[in-house]
Amino acid sequence: MNLKNSIFELYKDASLELPIDIVDALKEAEKNEDGMAKRAIASIIKNIGLAKTNKVPICQDTGMPIFYVEDDGKFSRKEIVNAIDGATKLATEKIPLRANAVDTLTGIGVGNKPVIHFEDSDKFRIKLLLKGGGSENVTQVYSLPNPELKAERTLEGASKCVLDAVYKAQGKGCPPYILGVAIGGNIEETLLHAKKQLLRKIDDENENKVLNEFEKDLFEKTNALGIGPLGLGGKTTVLAVKAAALYRHPATYFVGVSFGCWSSRKGELKWK
Amino acid sequence: MEIRLQTPVKGSDVKKLKIGDEVLISGTLFTARDMAHKFLIEENFEKINHGIIYHCGPIVKKDNGRYKIISAGPTTSARMNIYMPELIKKYDIPLVIGKGGMDSLTQKALIKYNAVYLTAIGGTGALCSSSIVRVKNVYKPEFGDTEAIWELEVRNFPAIVAMDSHGNSIYDKVKANSKKKLADILGPI
Repeated sequence: MNLKNSIFELYKDASLELPIDIVDALKEAEKNEDGMAKRAIASIIKNIGLAKTNKVPICQDTGMPIFYVEDDGKFSRKEIVNAIDGATKLATEKIPLRANAVDTLTGIGVGNKPVIHFEDSDKFRIKLLLKGGGSENVTQVYSLPNPELKAERTLEGASKCVLDAVYKAQGKGCPPYILGVAIGGNIEETLLHAKKQLLRKIDDENENKVLNEFEKDLFEKTNALGIGPLGLGGKTTVLAVKAAALYRHPATYFVGVSFGCWSSRKGELKWK
Repeated sequence: MEIRLQTPVKGSDVKKLKIGDEVLISGTLFTARDMAHKFLIEENFEKINHGIIYHCGPIVKKDNGRYKIISAGPTTSARMNIYMPELIKKYDIPLVIGKGGMDSLTQKALIKYNAVYLTAIGGTGALCSSSIVRVKNVYKPEFGDTEAIWELEVRNFPAIVAMDSHGNSIYDKVKANSKKKLADILGPI
């Protein structure tokens, strides 16, 4: 199989089926909920099954395709970009995906324009995240200290920012959420790495002890807000919190919070 | 127990709806997003009088000259806040379906004009489209498939009453409760 066709398959897997760790977490959440929250998650699980059986996209917002390419030099970057562009056109027509690239000046949809990030690696790998607009709209970035939140330049301060972001988002980004957090960095890196955390598996334990605790503590606290599935109230607001820390300028201390909706569609291509 | 509603929806039935009620809608829905709302305010489009608005930008496929809705869950309604009160008044809209809730001005319009806001379950594009029987018509196709107004025939389309015509809102309750919880965790701010 050539690279373009493999990326097309990656699109199919990502848009029609949710990763098993997310499905399992949703099933677990259904058991813990009752009333409207339980029925909302039951609808979600029914929807996941229907999408798989009928081979239709889980959500009509098939998202902004974001590619994270781990590049070992096997292919030239031009080859990779061409393969991604070709696969995107094919996927838009065949699956089909919604035309989600809108010309901001004319307001007209022009198919899909993927975002591609490269990084050097010893193994060739492509990760794809289909990022919906509802969850993207509730993204937050904070610059600490923040007097309104009484948030200092500490992990406790960062934690207050994340809680504030979830409170502000309420149900608008389709909870239960997966939260990606990045602390520090230049501002463009902060958001890049916050979003990149959404690629991690739900049960993925952070190797850094301090961040591991930060994630677990925030998981408890964000769920205690009671926003619940789709913002209808309930115990399950967040399925996982994943965090990274980056180097920062002495004068800056950014906290980026990226939201993955319950339907965080993603996939990985390992080249043999 | 679900409440079954058939379009055209009667005012007396709208009045009976309370937050938390689960509803199955059969009949006709009109999809409308940002561009369609602006159009409906600026021009007159009688076809939508007393119709149900569905905040949705579907995936549509054309097969042998016929449109087919592939996936069609709700979109975030808050983007339409600035148009909604005027639109409800102008076209006598009884039901608005979307996700995530709407603002206090919309809530006031729901009370004043006896209308209800319902939520479909966000992200369930496959499930929602399974209750769409057919595309009856498309208006403003030049807006593109996502933003066009699709007139859809639906059977047992599932939704939950989230803001009723008596001033109650699930979102207000959840927000007030989460604000209290946030203050408990953060301490006094």
